[in-house]
Amino acid sequence: MLQAKELECERGGRALFRSLSFILEEGEVLRVAGANGSGKTSLLRILCGLLPPASGEVIWKGAPIQALKEDYSRQLVYLGHAPAVKDDLTAAENLAIACRLAGNAQPEEALREALARFEVPRKLFVRQLSQGQRRRAALARLALSAPVPLWLLDEPFTALDSSGVAILRGTLEQHAARGGAVAFTTHQDPGMAAAKVVDLDA
Amino acid sequence: MLEAARCIVYRDLLLALRRRTDVATALLFFVIVASLFPLGIGAEPNLLRAIAPGVIWVAALLSTMLSLGRLFAADHADGTLEQLALGAAPLGVVVTAKTLAHWLLSGLPLVLIAPVLAVQYDLPQALYGVLALSLLLGTPVLSMIGAIGAALTLGVRGGGVLLALLVLPLYVPVLIMGAGAVEMAAAGLESGGQLLILGALLVFTAAFAPWAIAAALRISLE
Repeated sequence: MLQAKELECERGGRALFRSLSFILEEGEVLRVAGANGSGKTSLLRILCGLLPPASGEVIWKGAPIQALKEDYSRQLVYLGHAPAVKDDLTAAENLAIACRLAGNAQPEEALREALARFEVPRKLFVRQLSQGQRRRAALARLALSAPVPLWLLDEPFTALDSSGVAILRGTLEQHAARGGAVAFTTHQDPGMAAAKVVDLDA
Repeated sequence: MLEAARCIVYRDLLLALRRRTDVATALLFFVIVASLFPLGIGAEPNLLRAIAPGVIWVAALLSTMLSLGRLFAADHADGTLEQLALGAAPLGVVVTAKTLAHWLLSGLPLVLIAPVLAVQYDLPQALYGVLALSLLLGTPVLSMIGAIGAALTLGVRGGGVLLALLVLPLYVPVLIMGAGAVEMAAAGLESGGQLLILGALLVFTAAFAPWAIAAALRISLE
C-alpha cells in the first residue's frame, strides 16, 4: 500500500538516514524507532508529503505521492509532534473543525462519542487542559477516522497515562484489524505487537 | 473545497471573537496614529485637509502590518498549519480563506472607521465615499501581499522587522493610488482612474497571491 523507496533525508547539511526502504501493507502496524535526533519525525513528515526527501520517493498504491497531492492527503491522518489543537477552542470545537477540514465532517453525536472514548472533557477550553488531555483531544480524531486507510502518528504515546496508552493501543489495533495501516514513532516500546520495526539507529 | 474555505473563515473569526484584544489592538493603533497628526501639527485646517488622505492611508498600511505577524505564526506554533496543509482542500484555497478572514478582521474595520477619522481633518463630507471606496479596494490587496510576506518570514528570527522591510515597499503602488484617488476628488477632479487602477491591482493580486502564499508556506513548512 505505502512504499518507501531508497529514502534519504538531510537536515541542516547532515544526513539523517540513507537508502531507507520499506513497505507498509494493509493491516500492518509499523513502529519507527530510534534515538533523539535520528530522524523519526523527518521520516514521518516525508511519508505524509510535508517534507520532500533529499532523494528517493514515497509510493502510494503505485503512484508517487507528489503526483497525487490532495488525493493522497485525503487518505491519511497525520498527527504531528504538536497536538494541533487551538487553545481558545473547546475540545469538541477543535475536533469538529479538524474533521471538516479533512473532508470528513461528523455529526454532533459522533464527536461526543469520540471524545468520550478518549475521556476528554468536551466543554472546557483546551488551554484549561493538561498536556496529556491535549494529546487525547488530538487523538480523538482517530476514533472518527476509521474510513481513512493510512495513519501516520508522531510520538502519539507521549504525555499519556497508562489508561490513555491502553485506549490508543486498542484504537490502533482495531484499525489494523479492519485493514488500515498505521506508522508511528516512539522511543519507548509501548508493548504493541507491531508487525514491523524500522530502526533508524541500525 | 468551498466547505473547507467556509470552515477556515468560521474558525478564524471564532478565534478572533475569543481573543478580541488582538483585533482591537490593530484598530486602536490605526485610530491613534491617524489622530496624532492633527495634535502634532496643530489646528491648521487647510494643511490638515491636504495631508488627510496620505496620513489615513499610511496609518492603514501600518495597522495592517501590525496584524500580519499573527496570520500564520499562531497556527504554525501549535501545529494546526501542518494540518491545514494536509487537509482535503488545496493549500491555495486554504490560504485564500485565511487571508479573507484576515481582511474581515483588520481591513474591513479600517474601511468603516476611516470616515470618522476624516472628521478630525475637516475633510469635506463629499470625500468620505471616495476615501472608504479606495480603502475597500486597497485593503484586500494589503492583506494578500502581506500574507505572502508573512508566509515567507514564518519561523524566521526577527521576522517582524524583516516582514515590514519586505512588504512595505510592495505597498507603495496601493498607497499612491489610494491616497491619490482621494486627493483628486478633493481637487474637484475625476478620481475614477485611480480607483480603476486599484481595482485592477485587486484583481491581479487575487489571481496570483494564493499561489504565491501557498508556495511560500510549503517552503516554510519543510
